[in-house]
Amino acid sequence: MRRSTRRGVRRWLPGLILVSPSLLALGVFVYYFIGWNGYYSLTNWKGLAPPDKMVGLDNYKQLLSNDETFRNDVRNLVVFTVVFMVGSLLLGLFMALLMDKGVRGEGVLRAIFLFPMAISFIATGIIWRWLLNSDSGAGTTGINKLFDVVGLGFLHSDWHKSDSSFAIASLALPAGWALSGYVMALFLAGLRGIPEELREAARVDGASELRVYWHVVRPLLLPVLMSAVVILAHISLKTFDLIYAIDPGGPRTETPALYMWLTSFRGGFFARGASIATMLFGAIALVVIPYIWYSMRQERR
Amino acid sequence: MQVNRRQLLGAGVGASALLALPACSSSGDSGSGGDKKVEVFSWWSGPGEGEGLAALIEDFKKNNPGVEFVNAAVAGGSGTQARQVLTSRLLANQPPDSYQLHAGQEAASDIKDAKLEAIDYLYDANGWRDKFPKGLTEKLTINGKIYAVPVNIHRSNLLFFNPKKLTEWGITAPGKTWSELLAQGNTLKGKGVKLLSVATTWAQMHLMENVLLGELGADKYNGLWNGQTDWNGSDVVGALDVFKQLLALSAVSTDDWQPAIDKVIAGTAAFNVMGDWAAGYLQGAKALKYKTDYDVVASPGSAGVYNFLADSFTLPKGAPHKAYAEAWLKECASKEGQDLFNPKKGSVPARLDSDKSKYTDYLAWALGEWQNTSTVVVGSLVHGVVANNAWKAEIEKAYGVFFQDKDSKKFAGAIAAAYAANK
Repeated sequence: MRRSTRRGVRRWLPGLILVSPSLLALGVFVYYFIGWNGYYSLTNWKGLAPPDKMVGLDNYKQLLSNDETFRNDVRNLVVFTVVFMVGSLLLGLFMALLMDKGVRGEGVLRAIFLFPMAISFIATGIIWRWLLNSDSGAGTTGINKLFDVVGLGFLHSDWHKSDSSFAIASLALPAGWALSGYVMALFLAGLRGIPEELREAARVDGASELRVYWHVVRPLLLPVLMSAVVILAHISLKTFDLIYAIDPGGPRTETPALYMWLTSFRGGFFARGASIATMLFGAIALVVIPYIWYSMRQERR
Repeated sequence: MQVNRRQLLGAGVGASALLALPACSSSGDSGSGGDKKVEVFSWWSGPGEGEGLAALIEDFKKNNPGVEFVNAAVAGGSGTQARQVLTSRLLANQPPDSYQLHAGQEAASDIKDAKLEAIDYLYDANGWRDKFPKGLTEKLTINGKIYAVPVNIHRSNLLFFNPKKLTEWGITAPGKTWSELLAQGNTLKGKGVKLLSVATTWAQMHLMENVLLGELGADKYNGLWNGQTDWNGSDVVGALDVFKQLLALSAVSTDDWQPAIDKVIAGTAAFNVMGDWAAGYLQGAKALKYKTDYDVVASPGSAGVYNFLADSFTLPKGAPHKAYAEAWLKECASKEGQDLFNPKKGSVPARLDSDKSKYTDYLAWALGEWQNTSTVVVGSLVHGVVANNAWKAEIEKAYGVFFQDKDSKKFAGAIAAAYAANK
C-alpha cells in the first residue's frame, strides 16, 4: 500500500514540479486577470478612482439592450469574421492544392506566401492604410492607383470609407493577405499527410481526379479545416491592432475590441470596458472549447 | 563540478543584471546623477510642435544645468493616444514628473480622483497671477484652486485655404456664413473640387463644434456646455443638419490632420477647418508664405470670437522629482520659454508681457485678436476645455452612430442624455 503510493508520487511529482512555474505564471497572468476583469465588469468603475459599488449585470444589460454603438460593432465584427474566414480558407485551400500538384521552387513559394504572417498587424495596417486609400485625383495611391495604371479606373473603391454598411469587409483584405499563406501551409501539411497509396487505389478503381479529391482527400482534410477555422475565428474576434492602425475610431470599422479600448481609456468607463472584454472572452471560448473537447476525444481514441 | 559552479555564477550575474536593469530605467534612484532628472509627458511629437518642445527643452537645460530631461512624448493627434498611456500610469500611481493637459474640464476627473497637486503656491511665489489674462486663470481654476500652467493659447475656429487656388476657381473670399460656404461648395463640386478636407474622427468633431459656434452664436454655444442651451432645440438640430450637408461635400478621410491640410495646399479640396497649429505646420515644415501660399480667416459665422484651447502642464501627486518638476513648470510659465516655444508651435503665448516682435504673419494677427478686449472667448469641446472626459467620450461615441445614420435629432438627444449622466 505504502509502496504503491510512493511509486504514484514518484510518477507525478517530477512532472508537476517541472510544469509548476508555467502553471503559476498562467494562473496569475491569465486566469487571475480574467477573474479580476470579470469582477470589475460587475462594478460601477468610472474614472480614475477605484469602484465603490457592485451593480450586478447592469453593464451587460446596458450594452445588450440599448447601446447602439455596441450593436453596430458586433454586426461589424460578424461581417469581418465571415468575409475574412471564408476568404482566407478558400484562398489558402486553393494555393495548397496548386502547390500539392507540384510546382518548381515550392520551398521559395511557400516562404513567400507565409511571409505576411511574420509581419505584425500594426505594420500590415499601416501599409494597407496606404493601399486602401480612397482619395481622388492626384491624391490617389495604392490599389486605386494600380487600377488607374492598368486602365481599370472604373473599379475605384472607397474601401472601408465607403457609405456601405459592409465597409468593414474591405478590412478582411489585409487580414486575409496576412493569414491565407498560413492557412495554405496548414492545408499543405494536411495534404502531404494523406498517403499517396490511398489516392492511387482510388485511381486504380477508376475514380476521376475530381472524385479522388471529393471522396478521399476531403474527408481526410476535415481535421485540418477544423484547426484552421478555430485559429482564424479567434484571431478575427480579437483583432484590434490591424483595425486601429487603419482607421481608429471610424464607426464603420469599429469592432467591440476597439470600443472596449476607446470607452475605457478615453472616457474612463472601465466597468463597461471590462464587460465588453468578458463578452469577447466568452465568444472566443465558444469557438475554442468545443474544438479542444473534440481534439481531446480524437486523441483518446 | 567546477563548470557547474561557473555556470551557476554566470546565471546569478545574469539574473541580477536583469533585476538591476528596470530599476535603473524606471526609478532612477540608483547610479550616478540619476536623481537629477525630470520626466515630462506630452503628445508633442509631430512636425511643428516637436520643434517647439525641443526649443523649450534646450532652454530648460540651460537654466537647469546637469538635470537630465526625459522627453516622454507619445505621438497621435490631439493627445488621444498619449492619454491612454498616461491613464495606465496614473492608475498604477506611477505618474511622470509633469504631464500635458488641455486647460479646462479635461483636468476635472484627474482632480476629482486626487491625481493632481494644486499649484497656487507657485502662482503666488512667482507672481504669475498678473502675468496671464484673468479669463484664462479663471478657466484653469477648478473648485477654487489652480492645477496647471498654461504654455500657449490656440484658436480652434479657423478656416485655412490656398488663395491662389481660390482665385483659380473664381472665388473671391470664403463664405462669411456656413450657408454661404455651402453654396460655394456646390459651385466647387461642378469643378471636381471638394469643399472641405476633413481628417479623422476628432477633426470631424472639431469641424462640428465650429459649425455649432457659427450657427448658434457665442452665447448659445457656451450654453451647450453648462446645460443652458437645450441640445434638443430646433436651432441645435438645424446646425447639425448644416454640418451633415458640409460632410457630404467634403473629402472625409481617416488621416491625421497634416495630410488633410496638405490636400488644401495641393488643391484637391478648397478649405480646411483646423486649429492654428496648422499655421505653424504650413509655415515651418512646409515653408509656405502667409497670405500668398496659404491664408486663414475665422471660420464662418465666428468673426470676433476666439474658440480657445490651451496646452498646460501639471504637477501630479507623487511626482518622483518634484523640485525639477517645479523648475519645468517655471520654464513653461517664463517669458523666454513661451517666446521660444510659441512661434515654432504656431500659437500665441498665454503671457501678456511677451515679446510681440517674435510673432509675425498669422501669429501677429492672432496675438492682436487674443489681446483685443472686444474679442469674445469661448472654449473648445474636442480639445478638452468645456466637457469632462466622460461626457466627451460619450459624445464621440454618439458621433460614431450619427456619422452612419446621419440622424441629427437622435444625436442631439444622445448628447443631452450623456450630459445628464456624466455631469
